[in-house]
Parts: sequence; C-alpha cells; structure tokens
Amino acid sequence: MNRPLLLRGGRVVDPSQDLDGPADVLVREGRIEAVGNDITGPDDATVLDASGQVVAPGLIDVHVHLREPGGEHKETIHTGSHAALAGGFTTVWAMPNTDPPIDDPAAVGYLRLAARAARGTQVMPIGAASIGQKGERMTEIGGLVKAGAVAVSDDGAPVWDTGLMRRLLEYTQTFGIPVLQHAEDVALAGGVMNEGVVATALGLRGLPNAAESCIVARDIQLVELTGGHLHVCHVSARQSVEQLRMAKEKGLTVTSEVTPHHLSLTDEMCRGYNTEAKVNPPLRTEDDVEAVTQALLDGVIDIIATDHAPHTYEEKEQEFDYAPFGINGLETAFGLSMRALVQTGRLSLSGLIDRMSCNPARIMGLESGTLRPGAPADIVVLDPDERWTVDPADFRSRSRNTPIAGWELIGRVNHTLVAGEIRFERN
Amino acid sequence: MNQARPEFELGKDLVGLEGLSRLTITGILDTAEPFKEISERAIKKVPVLRGKTIVNLFFEPSTRTRISFEFAEKRLGADTVNISSSGSSVVKGETLVDTARNLEAMRIDMVVIRHSSSGAASFLADRIPSNVINAGDGQHEHPTQALLDMLTIRDRLGRIEGLKVCIVGDIVHSRVARSNIFGLRALGAEVAVCGPRSLIPHGIEELGVESFYHIEDAIEWADALNILRLQLERMKTGFIPSLREYNRVFGVTRARLAKAPRETVILHPGPINRGVEIDSAVADGPQSVILPQVTNGVAVRMAVLYLLAGGVPGGGAEAAKQEIA
Repeated sequence: MNRPLLLRGGRVVDPSQDLDGPADVLVREGRIEAVGNDITGPDDATVLDASGQVVAPGLIDVHVHLREPGGEHKETIHTGSHAALAGGFTTVWAMPNTDPPIDDPAAVGYLRLAARAARGTQVMPIGAASIGQKGERMTEIGGLVKAGAVAVSDDGAPVWDTGLMRRLLEYTQTFGIPVLQHAEDVALAGGVMNEGVVATALGLRGLPNAAESCIVARDIQLVELTGGHLHVCHVSARQSVEQLRMAKEKGLTVTSEVTPHHLSLTDEMCRGYNTEAKVNPPLRTEDDVEAVTQALLDGVIDIIATDHAPHTYEEKEQEFDYAPFGINGLETAFGLSMRALVQTGRLSLSGLIDRMSCNPARIMGLESGTLRPGAPADIVVLDPDERWTVDPADFRSRSRNTPIAGWELIGRVNHTLVAGEIRFERN
Repeated sequence: MNQARPEFELGKDLVGLEGLSRLTITGILDTAEPFKEISERAIKKVPVLRGKTIVNLFFEPSTRTRISFEFAEKRLGADTVNISSSGSSVVKGETLVDTARNLEAMRIDMVVIRHSSSGAASFLADRIPSNVINAGDGQHEHPTQALLDMLTIRDRLGRIEGLKVCIVGDIVHSRVARSNIFGLRALGAEVAVCGPRSLIPHGIEELGVESFYHIEDAIEWADALNILRLQLERMKTGFIPSLREYNRVFGVTRARLAKAPRETVILHPGPINRGVEIDSAVADGPQSVILPQVTNGVAVRMAVLYLLAGGVPGGGAEAAKQEIA
C-alpha cells in the first residue's frame, strides 16, 4: 500500500463531483490524491491501465447476509467479502440475523476481526435491534456502536412491536445511527410468495403488498413522532412507495433501498415452483416493479442494496413451502441493475453509480462513495459494455442460489480496490 | 398400436389440469367410460397393468383417495405398495426426492403422490423417470378429483360445455377447486366460486371465474354446485368465526335449494360435514350425486393409470374396451 497507484486512461464516473469523462486517478497511502487529466504519477507509482474501462467510487451495499456465525455452510465472512469484491463492492453492511445473532459488543468485535483477516471488502457490522432479535428488549446499542456497529436491525424479521420501534427510533439518535427495518406485518404474513393470481394458480400462500406497506406507514408515523432515522429495507410494493413519497415530501428522515431483483423480476418467476425465486419480500407484479423503479429514479427510494441471501443447493432443492427465502445477489447486482435501469435508457451509468455508491455513503454518513481527493481510495474499475453470462459455478460466494443463472448481462466489474489496494482482479 | 389423436397430449405425468387441452381432458373422460363397467363385474379384474409396479406415496392422511387409487390399480392387475408418512423414512429426515429415487431403484413404474406442499407432485415428476400422478398437492391441484367430478356432471347432465358450475366453500385452501376451475373452463363450462370473502383467494377473477358472496345467488345461478368440505381448523385460524355461523350463512340447506330455478346437481368431494356446509337432506336427496362421484373415481383413476402406462386414449375408448374385454 505504500507505493502510489495510478489508474490511467479510464473514464472517471463520479456523480459526487459531477464527473463523467476521461481522467486519471492517483492514489497514495490508501487515499485519493488527485483526479485529473494526464497525471504523471511519481516514478515509483504502480500503473493500472484503465483504458476502455470506467473508474468509479466503489459500490456500497448496506444489506447483506454473510451467515457467520452459525451459517457457515451457506457463506462465511471470507467467502462473502470476496463475493462482494467480485461484484464491485468496497463496503458491505452485514445483517445481524446470524446464529447467535450479533446482539452484543463481543460479537461485533468478532465480526470485525474476521472481516479484517479475510482481506476482502470492508465489512461493517449491523447490530441486532433487540436481544436475540426477539423483538422484546432493546440491545445495548451504545456498546454495539462502540464496538463498531453502524446501525441496528432485526432484519430477517420486522421490529413488530410499535412501542419498541418508537424507543429504537428515539434511543438511536444519541448515536446518530439508523434503524433498518424489514417491514412486514407478521399478522398478514405467513405466505411464501406474492399474493395474487400466480399464487392462487399455484396454490401457494400469499404475502400481500399490505403486509409491507402497513409497517412502512406505521414507521413513518413514528419518525414523525420521534425524529429518528428510519431506513426501510428492500421496498417491493407500490403502496410502500406511496407512503415513502409522502414521507419525502414532508422532509422526514426516512430513507429506503430496493434490490436489483425487485427492480427486474416478477412473481411469474415462481411458476414451476422455482424456489430460486422464493424471496422475502416476494417478487411482485409488473405494476410494483414499475413503481419501485420510478421511485428510485425520482429519489423517493434512495439506493440499491442486494439483500444478498445465500442458501445451499440442498436447502433450495425442496418443496416450495420448505425452501428458505433468499437470493444470492452480490456478484450479479451491478449487471442486473444495468439491465433494469441503464440498458432500458431510464438511468445513466452515472445515475446508477450514484445509487450504488454515492447515495449509500451520503445517507449513511460514510466518507467513501466519492473520488474526491482525501477520500478513501475505494474504487471500482468496470466495463459497462462487457457481455457475460451468469454462471453460478463461478461465484465466489459459497452458495449458488440465483434465479438468473444463464442470463446474459452487460456490464462487469474487473477490478476492485479497497483503501488503494487492488483486492480483486478478474482473470 | 398407438393410434392416439395428435391433439391428445398427456405427458409422462398427471400433476394437474392447468394447461391441459379440451381434447386431452375429454379423452381421459371418454377413456373412463368403458372402465366403469369393470367395477360392476363379478370378477373385477382386467390384466391391463399386469406386471406394473405402482407405489402409493401418501404424505398426508387420506382414506377415500388412497383406497380409490388402490382399487383402480388392483382392478387393472398392477402390483401396489402403500407408503404413508408415518413409519417411513420421511420421518427420518430423508428428502422427498431421495425417497422416490430409492423406490425407483427398486424398479417401479408409477408413483401416486399425496403431499401437503403445493408443487410436490411436479417436484417429484421432474426428478424421476416413473410416471407421477398427483393425488393432491397442498392447495394446488387434485386432478383426478376434478376429472371424476366432471365425469359425474357429464353423466347427469349429458355435457359440460355451456353449463354453469359453482364451487362453494373454502376456495383459498382447496386443490379440488383449482383443478375444477382449470378442467371445467377447458371444457367450456362457466365457473363461479362462492363463499365468504376471507375464503376466496385474491386474483381468482384472473382465472376467468366469477365470485359470489351469497349462497342464494350461487344457487340461483348454477346448474351444479360442487360443495367443498369446510376444514375444521379454518375457524381456529380466523378465516370464519364458527361452524354454526358458516352453516347459517353459507350452508346448502333444503330450504335454500328449493328456491333454485332448476334441478341443481349437488356434488361434494367428501368427506361431508353434515350440518355444516351441507344438510343431510341435501346430501342424501335426489339431486345429490355424491355417491356416484365415488364410483366414478375408480373408473377415472383406472383411465389415468391406463393412459399413462401407454394405453390408447380418447376416441380410442374402443381400443380400451377391446383391451379390457
């Protein structure tokens, strides 16, 4: 890391500085030193030829499941953080719904140590919002934050108790961290796919849009009451978007994310009892896909996050009712988002980088997500025109569960740099 | 030997009626006709499936469907094995597909499966080379039940096309309802469902089905009512307040049926909750075809077994007749 690094001849796309054009990027001591034309680096600089490639701030994913501890057969910190690098992510936030859950400072410390040893992407732990993620008593959030937690969440399950949610939105304000909510009304839940004609034809129990939007509406009311920072995970339903739009208009501290799969796929994917398409919140209808897409374009939804949820072949190779929810997303997120947004002409490449890097950094208060001089040299080098076929056998992730195996995507990550170090280079 | 009409397309398996053509369904019903007679003989056995091995794999309790299949198999001369989930390796944690592959390794020809998960039959069918017949998968389909319902309606009213058939009761949880909707619509019937809104699934109208929320309207409309068994656990899970209330609002009673503008045919897949979804006077009355349904069930299942084993379908009822003569 001591030798300077010069990324030469690329197209720099950095929406945080309104940059989109040919430029070189010089990195020194893990930070961006300069961005400009015809930079002649110091003689000892390593040169990375970026010609024909886009150089952008590294992608940031605030919602991944790395499964360690307890689910190492699905994913580990090591495999997950390298899958993230291959997907162009320089920072991921790890959800605490492991076994046991990350609900005490020691567990947060363990995660950070394991992440450092993995030398993959930067892994930032999210602490559990309630002890054991049982939704009853608040965790020692101050201790979690001191140990390195960046947010709290009971994801995997919602914070269901309205009183607890209120207290969380209040208490977290001391620490300036968001509450990440998996919005699902448990009294309306219990289904295995989107409620609608496909579920009816397949005879599968449905999860209605209202199961999500009821909790989104409730939590927005609580933000209005408390002033805390609510971040709504994986928005999937049109009615949730309508609630979020209202919250934005009121200027409330409410942010939200959408996954690449909810921007791209519908419940039709479940036909044939395709368990790879079983995910929670479920893949919904064209109408919902359009609503979340438009919301992302309008800024009502702030960012893209993967909800990377690895599961083994054996776990998915079951009857639909028994297969677990989740899609393996880190390594396909960029290509799938390109397909949904950029190749359809709805968003520029710069707009996509904004929603996968700059905006996550901005709403979560990270110093990365930019190539400004002085910022951490978290950088992705990608080819927006490269065609490739999704082959789960090539995943760095320990699991292979994806509903888009065999799809041809356009746009691929070729190098990922964390703090100025080239940690991923595609062969 | 294979004189099948090209339009008749029954693949390796029968997992559902969704997507089957009118010709295929009519072909199955026509094939069932000559099989009815076998069960009326003193010696109820023909050698059509002699030497075939059939496994009845029942992961969910069933009496009449399992027995009906078993009679059908035995009357066609097949060797059968019954496996129910209690006492099998399923409880030892073996997966569905491993159970089937092990059976397959003992060289079987067909599997009849009943399972509590929707999609279990197609899951199995996609993974083993034997013929798979769905005897009810979760809330998805129960194709042989719908086939016997349609055969019984056709016996009574002479046709299916243009008839108005209303399925009454717990539509949300019913595989019988789904198979009837797909099958009846393929044959050109008008289909409606009737029940409290809490038991009618969302999006059902997109399957081309009308909904009634008053039993009186359904009785007024229908040529035939297919009255589903009300699962007793539904009130525990809050779909309806009580059985008494259900009978009060949706029960098919003699008084309600008396107002029908025509001789409504009454079907019920059984077992009946007398005094809940249907009164005894209706179940045992002259318009009821509940017992003929049971009789037809054996013939329909014989037809399906025969066809999947390579028998000649449909207008080839003649061929079936010759083969079983």
